[in-house]
Amino acid sequence: MRRTLAGLMITALIVVFLSIKLNAFRDYQIAEIGVYVTAVAGLSVLTGLSGQISLGHGAFMAIGGYTSALLLLHLGWPFIIVLLIAAAAPAAAGAIVGIAAARLRGPYLAGATLMLGVALPAIALAYPGTFGGDQGLNVVFTAPGWLGSSFPLTRWQAWVTTATALVTLFLLANLSRSRIGRNWRAVRDDEVAAALAGVNVAMSRVLAFVVSAACAGLAGALLAITTALVAPTAYTITLSITLLTAAVIGGLGTLPGAIWGSLIIVLVPTYITDLATSHGLSTKISANIPIAAYGLILILVMLAFPRGIQGAVRRLFVGFAQHEKEGTSESS
Amino acid sequence: MTEFLQFTLSGIVSGMVYAAIALSLVLIWRGTRLLNFAQGGMAMFTTFIALEVIYRTGSYWAGFVVALAAGILLGAVVEYIVIRPSIGKPELNSVIVTIGLLILIEGAAGMFYGGQNRSFPAAFSITGVHIGTTPLGVGRFDEFVAGAVLLTTIVLAISFKYTSAGLRMRAAAFNATVARLSGVRVARVLTVGWALAGLLGALAGVLISPSTFLYPNSMDSIFVYGFTAAVIGGLDSAAGAVAGGLILGVGLSYVGGYVGGGRGSDLEPIVAMAMLVVVLMLRPAGIFGGRTLRQV
Repeated sequence: MRRTLAGLMITALIVVFLSIKLNAFRDYQIAEIGVYVTAVAGLSVLTGLSGQISLGHGAFMAIGGYTSALLLLHLGWPFIIVLLIAAAAPAAAGAIVGIAAARLRGPYLAGATLMLGVALPAIALAYPGTFGGDQGLNVVFTAPGWLGSSFPLTRWQAWVTTATALVTLFLLANLSRSRIGRNWRAVRDDEVAAALAGVNVAMSRVLAFVVSAACAGLAGALLAITTALVAPTAYTITLSITLLTAAVIGGLGTLPGAIWGSLIIVLVPTYITDLATSHGLSTKISANIPIAAYGLILILVMLAFPRGIQGAVRRLFVGFAQHEKEGTSESS
Repeated sequence: MTEFLQFTLSGIVSGMVYAAIALSLVLIWRGTRLLNFAQGGMAMFTTFIALEVIYRTGSYWAGFVVALAAGILLGAVVEYIVIRPSIGKPELNSVIVTIGLLILIEGAAGMFYGGQNRSFPAAFSITGVHIGTTPLGVGRFDEFVAGAVLLTTIVLAISFKYTSAGLRMRAAAFNATVARLSGVRVARVLTVGWALAGLLGALAGVLISPSTFLYPNSMDSIFVYGFTAAVIGGLDSAAGAVAGGLILGVGLSYVGGYVGGGRGSDLEPIVAMAMLVVVLMLRPAGIFGGRTLRQV
């Protein structure tokens, strides 16, 4: 646990350093990574530890985003309280979905959650009076006064999202090592055995949905303040699928994996876009090459690293450790 | 009454397209235990090929046939190149591989054809058919859509039941190990399954595109409804796929038709989810799915 804490502190220091050194666009990307890490870590716990798939986590992000936007717009509450409510509201929704999902398996759960991810943003379109319809709602978020008026907003956004992401990671790491986390693994590996050992299987599965939805809600609120807007187009099914992709690519069920996955989905497309435009390709090609290359990378990573990037990293380190051990045992 | 008839008929027509996608998903699910998220993207790509052929040759039917052939080829190639290596790895990996494939295909389509909407021709007139003086709200082409899917489904069902190739496919889906011991070349059978799924997807693409336009993401929502139809019907059942498609198509058609003020189309996904939830609450493995003995 002390190692986790140390790792998170170091990450925080690196991010603060980078956010000061780099330009506004990079700060925005840091904020984006923070948003994704928060959501992906929650989804990775749901799918990797409790064994339930969700293709509709964008829906929980949407609930978090719209909740925070409406609170900031109409009540103007302090952001930290808004953030907590933006986690609580999707958690309640997660409980309902979790209860419904507890009976469903594999592809049926995938289908139900996919439809949730498609249907929920449609509610915003169907009730434009409250949710602003197509245009969405504007979110006003400013850096606090004590940082001085010249403090760039993007840097403050990067700090807020990173801080939230790191706190989320810390809490999830604790949870996964607690009795609750062990119950999740037990239920994932063998439901009947877990039930015989006294684990409340249904409760355990629903709780995983609640925790994971709360993380997604936080991420939704963070996305709202980063983009200064909540709109149905921000919480599409593409977002939900991107989250699952990041979780699996990074390494399902591992928290460092959530960071790897988020880095890939944020940085790889912009990197390839830069590459394509700098080679002077036509817009039709340069606009679509990043998409195609990103798809190709997903396929290749999955085939080359079946346990995701974290799995490959771990194997690398375990390999080193074993090598060293063998070396020392030979010399002694 | 006339309205009701019109909404029902047009619901059946779009339901048949959802059924074609659902059937292709069921085919792959039964053989490979995998959801193919690239099915819609593959259908979009073969429809672009059809458009190219129609443009060059001036013949609709040449494009139609080429699209179906391309669907068969694409399905087999995809299975052989990217799916086969991902089998035996953690379950979700092959799902992510198909998602990667979807993104790759959509990106490639954008590179070749750009992002703008293209109109795709219909085989027959789309003006409405009348019984006496009552307009039915569906045209000759709609009849063709429903007929083509129905015919393909029946041909597939018969060949699954009565040919030895069909028997091999059922054996491989039922128990791959036993089938392999009995001399079925399971890997080849799976490739054939993917090829047939590619055919169904290509058919759906060519049939739906006259009413939706064609662009790199044009099949995304069709895929979502096709998937929903397969889940409603039960992913192990071909009859369920057709029933699920029809239920969903007719249900959504009523919503789109009867809810006024342009709200209907916004409500469609919400109603689709409601239908899915109701079905899954009553039958967690779909209408035609086997009863599960598990209770939690």
